[in-house]
Amino acid sequence: MTPVRVSVIGAMASVLLVLVVLELVRGRRLKERYALLWLATGVVLLVLSVWRGGLNTIAGWLGVTSYPPAVLFAVATLFILLVLLHYSTVISKLTDENVDLAQRIALLEERVSRMRTRAD
Amino acid sequence: MGKRLVAIVPAWNESRAIGEVVDEIRDHDSTIDVVVIDDASTDDTAEIAELHGAIVLRLPFNIGIGGAVQTGFRFARDEGYDAAVRLDGDGQHPASEIPKLLAPVEAGEADLVIGSRFVDPAGTYRPPFARRIGIRVFARLVSLLGGQHVTDTTSGFVAFDRAGIELFAAEFPHDYPEVEATLVALRSGLRVTQVQVEMRERTTGSSSITFVRSLYYIVKVMLSLLVASLRRYPRLQGARQ
Repeated sequence: MTPVRVSVIGAMASVLLVLVVLELVRGRRLKERYALLWLATGVVLLVLSVWRGGLNTIAGWLGVTSYPPAVLFAVATLFILLVLLHYSTVISKLTDENVDLAQRIALLEERVSRMRTRAD
Repeated sequence: MGKRLVAIVPAWNESRAIGEVVDEIRDHDSTIDVVVIDDASTDDTAEIAELHGAIVLRLPFNIGIGGAVQTGFRFARDEGYDAAVRLDGDGQHPASEIPKLLAPVEAGEADLVIGSRFVDPAGTYRPPFARRIGIRVFARLVSLLGGQHVTDTTSGFVAFDRAGIELFAAEFPHDYPEVEATLVALRSGLRVTQVQVEMRERTTGSSSITFVRSLYYIVKVMLSLLVASLRRYPRLQGARQ
C-alpha cells in the first residue's frame, strides 16, 4: 500500500499544479488551449494520489508489487512527455507560420517599392 | 513574346560576391530577371544587389537557405515566370552554364534540371573524400527512393519549368533542402533530368556545411528522406505518369 505521507504530498502537489495553471489562465499568461493538458495532468495525479486503493489495483495490473507510488511517478512522467511532445508540434507550426510571414513580408515589400517607383 | 526567365539567387552576407554574380547573369542574358533573396544579411548584400540591377526580396529575419529559396519560387509563381534557374549567391555557379541547364526545360523535356558535377565521369570536380562519400550516399538513396538515377542531389544549381516553380512555391523543405527537394520532385512526378556543369571554387565565404554541422546535416537529411518517402505527394498535372 502507498504510504499515507506520499499520498498527501502527491495530492498537495497536484492541487498546487492545478491552481497555478488556473491562475496563469486567469492572468492571460497561458491560453486555455495550452492549459488543458496541464490540468488533465493535475487531475489525474490528484485522483491517483487520493484514491489509494485504485493506485494499488493499477500497480497490481502493471506488475508493480513492491512500491505502488512508482505508478504515480510513471504516470506523471508520461503526462510530462505528452505535454512536451504537444509543445514540439506547436513550435513546429509556429516556425512554419513564421517563415511564411517572413516570406510574405519580403514579397509585399518588394511589390510596394515597385509600385512606388512606378507611381513616381 | 518569349519565355520569361528568372534567376533565383539566395544570399546571406555575400556582399563581396553578389555584385559580380548579378552582373554575370545579366551580362550573359539580359532577358533574365535576377531576383536576390537577402536572408537578413548583416552586411550590405541587399543594397549591392539592388545597385547591380537585381530585384531584391528582403527577409525580415534569417529563415535559412530553404525558406529563402522558396521565397524566390513564390515570387516566380506570383509574377508568372515560365522558367527559373536557382544559383548560389557566392559565385560558385557560372552564368555561362545557365543555357545548358535551361535547354531541357525550353525543349519541354524536363520540369527540373539538376546541374550535376558527376554526370560525366571525366568531370574535373573532385570534392574532399568525406564529402564525396556523402554526396554519393545521398544520390544513391534518392535514386532508390525516387525511382530514378540521379548523381548530384546536393547541387544548388538547378533549373525549373512552371510545374517545378509551382511545386516548390507551395512546398520547399527548410534546413539543408536540396537533397529532399530532389526526392519531393521525383515523388510528385516531375520529370527530372541532369546535365553536366562546371562549378567554380567559391571565391568568398565557406561552405555552410562545417565539420560540426555535418553530423546534424546527415541525420536531418536522412530523417527528411525517410519521412518524405512515407508521405504521399499529389501527382502534378502534366507530370510524367
